[in-house]
Amino acid sequence: MTRINWFKYASPATFFPLAGRLIPWFRALAVLFGVAGLYVGFFVAPTDFQQGEAYRIIFLHVPAAWMSMFLYMLMALYAGLGLVFNTRLSSMMARAVAPTGALFTFLALWTGSMWGRPMWGTYWVWDARLTSELILLFLYFGYMALVAAIDDPRRGDRAGGVLALVGAVNVPIIYFSVKWWNTLHQGSSINLTRAPSMAAMMLWGMLLMALCFWMYSIAVILARVQCVIAEREQRSAWLQELAAGEA
Amino acid sequence: MREPAQADVVLAGDGTLFLGLLRRDLLLVYRRRADAVTVLVFFSIVVSLFPLGVGADPNLLRLLGGGVVWVAALLASLLSLNRLFAADHADGTLEQILLSPLPLPLTALAKVTAHWIATGIPLTLMAPVLGMQFGLDGDGLLVLSAGVLLGTPVLSLVGAVGAALTLGLRGGNLLVALLILPLNIPVLILGAGAVDAAQSGLGAGAHLSLLGALLVGTLVGAPFAVAAALRISLD
Repeated sequence: MTRINWFKYASPATFFPLAGRLIPWFRALAVLFGVAGLYVGFFVAPTDFQQGEAYRIIFLHVPAAWMSMFLYMLMALYAGLGLVFNTRLSSMMARAVAPTGALFTFLALWTGSMWGRPMWGTYWVWDARLTSELILLFLYFGYMALVAAIDDPRRGDRAGGVLALVGAVNVPIIYFSVKWWNTLHQGSSINLTRAPSMAAMMLWGMLLMALCFWMYSIAVILARVQCVIAEREQRSAWLQELAAGEA
Repeated sequence: MREPAQADVVLAGDGTLFLGLLRRDLLLVYRRRADAVTVLVFFSIVVSLFPLGVGADPNLLRLLGGGVVWVAALLASLLSLNRLFAADHADGTLEQILLSPLPLPLTALAKVTAHWIATGIPLTLMAPVLGMQFGLDGDGLLVLSAGVLLGTPVLSLVGAVGAALTLGLRGGNLLVALLILPLNIPVLILGAGAVDAAQSGLGAGAHLSLLGALLVGTLVGAPFAVAAALRISLD
């Protein structure tokens, strides 16, 4: 019995073509889930009796907020793997995840303020969730700025890894301190927690959109990691052969 | 019986090295006193700007006082971070220090301790004076000083991670601010919250306890992160 080589795709040379083969599939799935999710969100899900039609932005807002947090943890995980096992591909993946995570954080804030205007009458409140999302965006920016400022790619990978791990340890502390700060300051004038019973169709719409965002993220991250690999390995023989074969 | 005795010798050596490094860093600060004083002047200028910006209404200032002093302390501590490793890195001393038998996290802790003695303690001593300008009264001032005393070591420890990561980079100072300020938000919230709680008669015990917990946690974790960052930067 032949043993499975678990580390086959840990090398950029084998991962690069695999990523290229996978991207179209995830792209197609993202479009599929996106169309289904938007259809459910706009036409199937019932109108909310309290919030009217404006609540429908939930189908973008909540999945974006989920992704923003998942992706930070994913980035920290890859960064940690890169530090511990010294695998180049892990650090490249961490680099590739960061901009997509920052994008979703920004989207969550943006759609949140679009939603807040009709519901609360203001684009921004210093609510605990909004504030911690904003700080998360700053953490993404910090990681990206540090990695971009270091010319030596290997040093950049490892410095970014330390920062991502320190940030990941800090995220829960920041979340709880911000939550506490908020409750101490302004009481519960605005309550963000939704009604406990949510129409099944609303939940389905959100889940479909979350799947769409996942597929989109995977496709984009794979494409970005291909760029990172191509930039780093431009002098390696396998990439030049690949390029010659495609030309 | 031999091995414990040997370990004792090594430990004693570590203690001597630790104290030696601490003494050296403090001596360097003492020889360049102007640098340390600049941080304090910056601290008091930033605090004095707020009444000019928001108006001199005593009630408003009393509400803002704790937060303003804390934000200024955060910025002042940030400003002094480049002294932590940059000069030693520029003249090559840092590499020699890294070669010493003292474990790297302890080396980092010695340097951070020196940094805190040179900036954190003066900031703690000055904070109540500035708080008085904002009309904070006895209890509030006491809590402010206690909070700054507990919080500034956290600022120095977390700041050291940022300073070590950005060693020798272009625009390192600005980058440190971007990396470190979001991580220091809990200190700011707890410190300013403690003053607020004391002023409104709620009692600041919970805030100060959490600040102390944060200090203990950072004291355990941060030296290892600083050591990892130094190894990466000097590779």
